[in-house]
Amino acid sequence: MDPILDVQGLSFRYEGGHEGAVLDGLSFTLERGERVGLVGCNGVGKSTLLKLLVGILPMQQGTLTVGGLAMNRKNLPELRRKVGYVFQDSDSQLFMPTVQADVAFAAENYGYPPQEVADRTRRALARVQLESCADRPVYRLSGGQKKLASIAGILTLDPELILMDEPSAALDPRNRRGLIRILNDLPCAKLIASHDLDFIYDTCDRVLLLHHGRLAADGSARELLRNAALLEQCELELPLRFQQAP
Amino acid sequence: MDRLHHAIKDVHRLDDLAARDTPLNRLPPLAKLVSVLVYLIFTLSFPKYALTGLLGMGLYPILLCALADLSLWDTLCRGRSVALLLAAVGLCNLFFDRAPVLDLGLVVLSGGWVSLLTLLIKGMFSFLAVYLLIATTGIEAVCTALRQLHVPRVLVTTILLTYRYIVLLLQEANRISTAYALRAPGQKGIHFRAWGSLLGQLLLRSMDRAQLVYESMLLRGYHCGSNASAPNTHARTGGVPFAAVTVVYCLVFRCIPVFELIGNLF
Repeated sequence: MDPILDVQGLSFRYEGGHEGAVLDGLSFTLERGERVGLVGCNGVGKSTLLKLLVGILPMQQGTLTVGGLAMNRKNLPELRRKVGYVFQDSDSQLFMPTVQADVAFAAENYGYPPQEVADRTRRALARVQLESCADRPVYRLSGGQKKLASIAGILTLDPELILMDEPSAALDPRNRRGLIRILNDLPCAKLIASHDLDFIYDTCDRVLLLHHGRLAADGSARELLRNAALLEQCELELPLRFQQAP
Repeated sequence: MDRLHHAIKDVHRLDDLAARDTPLNRLPPLAKLVSVLVYLIFTLSFPKYALTGLLGMGLYPILLCALADLSLWDTLCRGRSVALLLAAVGLCNLFFDRAPVLDLGLVVLSGGWVSLLTLLIKGMFSFLAVYLLIATTGIEAVCTALRQLHVPRVLVTTILLTYRYIVLLLQEANRISTAYALRAPGQKGIHFRAWGSLLGQLLLRSMDRAQLVYESMLLRGYHCGSNASAPNTHARTGGVPFAAVTVVYCLVFRCIPVFELIGNLF
């Protein structure tokens, strides 16, 4: 079976940027249903990579295939149906007046009939256990609920791949645990960019380690996230659970 | 800071009001939009000295307030800045139009006063009608109704995005002014030397957030041709009778001098 994501020789440089390429010849694939963590220090290009994968940033060099579709202008609507992107800042992702209206937004835009939109919205809210908040105004939600509503908003299209940018940022321990449980229950492939290595350890089987725009390591989360020397070399630290108390 | 906070709350309040379940909220958005448009056309068509005739148009917003379970006084207070602006514009009439046109017995009002009052009343009635439309329908549903009236898609999209952008702008302004106030204790307002950089920051940050919101819309299939709307959560019936009653009401009060006829009876 084709991989859900195939990235070959991907490079990217911001216009007017003085610091060279943010991404430099990146190549990797993601199999269907695979749970992959994208880790690296600040400014290493994690968010840039995610934005390239959904066509928010234009391709400059390399090839990118999602679910058998090459990244180009023509394929963009279909490609975005297959890939859901959860922003780091949920406030920027939620813009409709109520949770239900926001979650239904994508299904409505893709032209599903009203009954189908309602069904998809109900299913998506149930998957993130947010049914009771359906009629609530978005601004009344807590940070954790906003994150879940953002995820529900992309689940209405049944994406084959979910991209998440720092999903655990600003979540309290309980909401964080709830999010881990919900993510682990989702059957689709996931690419999760985060500094929270404990979160990555709990949600991913494989890790891509970025450093200076290149892939410094690609391997099992169990092994890579215990490799103190490699993490140190990439300006990261061991997950808290593996650090010895002072 | 408080004013910004209140402005954000006012916008959110509109969303809250639109989500309620009152007789006016339950009416179809298209019927409400058409009715308000008809009401605006008739109200604004009164001549500048037709003060008594115009007063009859006030029954409509009063009735809408009752149907929407809203306090008329609170709603009127929300339009005070509109009233101030209209008063400022109308004040010029006092100097240029001094001919007596209305004899109230003890007082004779000049044309300037009557046209000022007419302008104020027209403005406040129009404000009330539009406010009640948004407060009982929601901007998303109003935009959907505008599309049903074949208003150009670009225009409707601009209205929708402007509404969303206003909230982002207010939120960013609130954050910036809070951050400033916390590090400038005892200072009243923002020092003029900081205005330039703060305004620049506000522009950049709100543009950044507006860009993120737009990207979020694009990623969920939005394009200018999209027809997304807030899902109907209430049964929508009674639109045609409501619009018909509005048209009849407007025709009666615009074409027949109802108050003068009543006055002649005594």
